[in-house]
Amino acid sequence: MSDAAVTRPTPSQSLLLRNLAVFAENRLAAGSAILVLIFVALALFAPLIAPQDPNATDLFRRLQPPAWQAGGDWAHVLGCDALGRDILSRIIYGSRVSMLVGATVVFIATSIGILAGLAAGYLGGWVDTIISRTVDILLGFPYLIFAIGLMAMMGAGLGNIILALVYKEWVIPCRVVRAETLATREQEYVEAARALGASNRHIMLREILPNILSPVIVVSTIRMANVIILEASLSFLGLGVQPPTASWGAMVADGRAFIMQAWWVSTFPGLAILLLVLALNVASQGLRDAFDPRFHE
Amino acid sequence: MSLTKLVERLVQLVPVLLGVSVIVFLMMAMTPGDPVQIMIGDQNVSAAQEAQLRHDLGLDRPAYERLALFIGHAATGNFGESFYYKRPVAQVIAERLPATIELSVVALLIALMTAIPLGVLAAVKKNSVLDKLATVGSLLGVSLPGFWFGILLLMLFAVQLHILPVSGRMGFATSIKPITGFLLIDTLLRGDPAAFLDALKHILLPAITLGLPMTAVLMRVTRTSMLEVLRQDYITFAEAKGLSRTRILIRHALKNALIPTVSVAAIETGSLLGGNMIVETVFGWPGLGRLVVDSIFVRDYPLVQAAVLLYAVTYVLLNFVADILYTFLNPRVKL
Amino acid sequence: MTAPLPGYLLEVAGLRTAFHTRAGAVRAVDGVDVIVRRGECLGVVGESGSGKSVTFASVMGLIRPPGQIEAGTVRFDGQDLRTLSPRQMRAIRGRDIAMTMQDALTALNPALTVGEQISEVLEAHDEGLPRRGPARRRAITDRAVEMLRLVGIPSPTERLRQYPHEFSGGMRQRMMIAIALSSRPKLLIADEPTTALDVTIQAQVLELIADIRAKLGMSVVLITHDLAVVAEHCDRVMVMYAGEVVEEGPTQAVIGDPRHPYTKGLLASIPRPALRGEKIHPITGQVPELINLPEQCRFHSRCPEAGLGCLARIHMQSSGPGRKARCIRLHDGGEAHG
Repeated sequence: MSDAAVTRPTPSQSLLLRNLAVFAENRLAAGSAILVLIFVALALFAPLIAPQDPNATDLFRRLQPPAWQAGGDWAHVLGCDALGRDILSRIIYGSRVSMLVGATVVFIATSIGILAGLAAGYLGGWVDTIISRTVDILLGFPYLIFAIGLMAMMGAGLGNIILALVYKEWVIPCRVVRAETLATREQEYVEAARALGASNRHIMLREILPNILSPVIVVSTIRMANVIILEASLSFLGLGVQPPTASWGAMVADGRAFIMQAWWVSTFPGLAILLLVLALNVASQGLRDAFDPRFHE
Repeated sequence: MSLTKLVERLVQLVPVLLGVSVIVFLMMAMTPGDPVQIMIGDQNVSAAQEAQLRHDLGLDRPAYERLALFIGHAATGNFGESFYYKRPVAQVIAERLPATIELSVVALLIALMTAIPLGVLAAVKKNSVLDKLATVGSLLGVSLPGFWFGILLLMLFAVQLHILPVSGRMGFATSIKPITGFLLIDTLLRGDPAAFLDALKHILLPAITLGLPMTAVLMRVTRTSMLEVLRQDYITFAEAKGLSRTRILIRHALKNALIPTVSVAAIETGSLLGGNMIVETVFGWPGLGRLVVDSIFVRDYPLVQAAVLLYAVTYVLLNFVADILYTFLNPRVKL
Repeated sequence: MTAPLPGYLLEVAGLRTAFHTRAGAVRAVDGVDVIVRRGECLGVVGESGSGKSVTFASVMGLIRPPGQIEAGTVRFDGQDLRTLSPRQMRAIRGRDIAMTMQDALTALNPALTVGEQISEVLEAHDEGLPRRGPARRRAITDRAVEMLRLVGIPSPTERLRQYPHEFSGGMRQRMMIAIALSSRPKLLIADEPTTALDVTIQAQVLELIADIRAKLGMSVVLITHDLAVVAEHCDRVMVMYAGEVVEEGPTQAVIGDPRHPYTKGLLASIPRPALRGEKIHPITGQVPELINLPEQCRFHSRCPEAGLGCLARIHMQSSGPGRKARCIRLHDGGEAHG
C-alpha cells in the first residue's frame, strides 16, 4: 500500500488529474460531459450558430413542419411555430436562458451554501442554530411551489427567476457542507492547525473547504440539472422570461395549443431540455464515481 | 412508539410551521403595488370607501400586527376573501381540493404499484437486461420535464390513437352529482360504471405524468435497499431453513427493504404537490394547482398566499408522516 | 463409488468450491473430504479464510454467485445432495440439515417476530402437523414454545411475540439454535456458535448444544477457530488450512500428539492457564492468497520444518490409527527442528 493512501487527501494536482482520468474512462459519462459542453457552446455562440433570427416572424411559415415532412424546407430544419419563427434557432437561443439560469443559480447558491454550511458546521452554537432553523423552514416548502409563490409576488423576468430559485437552492449545498464540516472538524490536521493558532477563517477556508469540495461539486452538477427543469417549468407556466425571448419551457407551452396539428412545436424544445438534463445527470454520476470513492456500490 | 414521543415530535413541528407562515406572509408583504388598488381595479370608488376597504383588510395596521393577525386567521382557516371570486378563499380552495387529492392519490398508487415490483425484480435479477432497462428508465424518469412528458402522452394517446381524452375530469356527456367530490368514488357510489370508466380514462394520463418522477425515485430506492437486504446474514439463514424462494423474497427481504421505500414515498408525495401545478395546467385538470396558476395571473394574492401556505403545511406534515412511518415499520428503532 | 457405510451420515469427497473474481478464481475449498458419523460431533478448526465455513455452506447448497461448487460429491443419508433439484434440496435444508450462524443478531430477521421465525420452519417442513385451521396454528405454537423451553428461554409463550432486538446476546443465540433444531435435524452445522458471545455465555451455549445432541441423537459439526472448545466437545477433529484439510483424527489423539506443523502451531498459540509462564507462540506469517496457488505444500511459507521436499504436491497420509495428515515429515521419526 502506498503512503499516499494513508496521509490526508490533499486536493493536489496529481489527484485531480487521476480523478479526471477515471472520469474520462467512463465513456458514457465522458460523452455526456461533451454533450453538456456542446450546449454551452450553443449558448455562447448562438448568434453565429443559429440559422435564422429567433424572433423574426413570418406568417406565411406559420406552423411549417420540419424539413423531412411534406411542406417543410431545409432553411427551417425543425419547422416553425405559430408565429412562423424558426424552431431550431429559438432552441439555440433558448439554451442561453437555461444555461444562464442554471449556472448562475447554482453558482450563487453554492457560494452561499458553502459559507453558511462552513459557519454552521465549524462554529456551531447560535450560528448553527440560526442557520439550521432557517434551513428547516425553507425545507418546509415544496421547491416549485416556493418558486411559484415568489414569482407570483415579484413578477416574471430573468433576474427574478434567478432570485426566486437562489432563495431556496442554497439550502441544499449548505446541508451537504455542514454535514461534511462536522465530519472533518475533528480530524487531526484541523486540530493541528488550531493548535498552531490559525484563525477560524483560515481553518474553514484553507483547511476544511479544500477537503470537502468534491462532494459539493458533485452535488452542484446534479442541482444544475434540477434548476434547469425548474426554470423550464416556471417558463412553461408563463412565470419565466418574458416573450419574445426564447426559452425552452415557454416554447413547449406555446406548442401545447397545437398538439392536434403541429407536434413539432412542443416536441423539439422539450427534447432539448431532456438531452441537457440527462447529460448533466449522467455526467454527475460519473463525477461522483470518479471523485468520491465512498459512493461506489 | 409511545404517545408522549409522538406528541413531542408534533410539538417540534410548531416552530417550522410558524416559520413557514412568516415566510408566506413576507412574500405577500414584499409584493410591489398596493393590494387595495388591485382590488378596486377599474371601479370608481371614493377616497372614504378606499380607506374603509384598507381598514377592513387590516392594511392600515403595522406589519407585526398584520403578521399576528395573518397567523391567527390562518390557524382558524380564515384566509380572507378572494379578490377575483369575491368569496372566502377557504371556500374556493375547498371546492378544488378533491380533484387535486384524487389525482395525487391515483398518481401515488400508480407509482407504488410499478416502482416496488420493478425495483424488486431489478435487484433479484441484478445486471440482467431488465435491471439495465430499469436503471435507464429511472434515469429518464428523473430527467424528463413533466410538462413535456404530459404533452407527449397527449399527442400519442389522445391525438394519434384517440383512445384517451385530452383534458378535464369527465366528458361533457357524463355528469354525476357529487357525494365525496372524488369522481372515481362518486361514480361507483352512484352505480354508474360508464361514468366511472370515463373518469378513469380522464385521470390516467395526468396521474401517470404526475407519478413518473416518483416512480423513478422509488424504483431506485427499492432496488438499492433490496440489494442491501439480500446481502444480509438473515437471508442466508432463511435459505438454510429451507424456506421457499417466494417466502424469502416477500417476508424476509421485502419487509426490510420497504422500510426506506415507504419513508421516501411519503417524502416524494410532497414533491407531487409541486408537480400538480404543472400537470393540472397541461391536462386542464380543474384542481388547486391550476387555480393557483390562474390566480397568479389575475393577481388574486389572498388566494395564492393561502394555497402556498396550504401546500407548505401539507408538505411539512408529509415529512412528519414519513418520519413516523419509518419508526413504525422498523421494530429496531425505538423512539 | 461404493455405498456409504451404515455409520456415515455425511460423506463429502473431493469438494472444490471457487469464487470467481476479477483477479482470478479464489479456490476457497480445494479437494476436501469430510466424514461425519451418526451421533458424532466433528470439530472443524482453522483460521478465517481456511475454507471451513465455505465447505459446509457448500454442503448445504448455500453458495451464491460469484461462488460455484466445481467438483465433488456430497452424500447425506444415502442421497447425493449435488444431484438434487433446488426444491428437493430445500426440503432437506432446515429439516435434515440445520445450520446456525456466527452472529444471531445478524442471522435473525429484525423485522419478524421470533415466533414467526420459528413457526415458518415448521410450516415449511410440515411434519405431521394438522392440515389447516386453528388446530394447525395451535400445534405450531406448541412446538415453538416447546423448542424455546428446550433451549432454556424463560416465559416462552410471551417471548414468541417479541422481536430479536428485544433479546440479550445469549438469548438470541439460544433463539437461533431453537430455530435450527425445531424440525429435529439429523445434522446440525454450528458455524462459530460462540465467537460473538461472552465467555460465561459461551460455555452455556456449548453445554446446550451437547445436551440437545444427546437428547435428539443428532450429529453436530462444530466450526470454530478455538481448539479448546474442540477438546472439550468433539469426538473427532479436522484441521483446515488454505482450502485443504491438513490433519484429522480422534480429538484426544490429535490434540495430545499433533503431527502437522500447522496443528502444532495452533496448539502452541493457545494461552493455557495450566501452563502459566510458558511462552505463547503465535504462528508468524499470513494465510496465502488462494489465487493461482503453486503445486506445493500451502503451509510451506510459514512452516518451521519446511524443506525442499515440501515444494511438491502433498497428499493426505495415515499418521496413526484413524488419523491422517498432509505432511511429508510424518515418518521422519519425531520432530524435525530448524
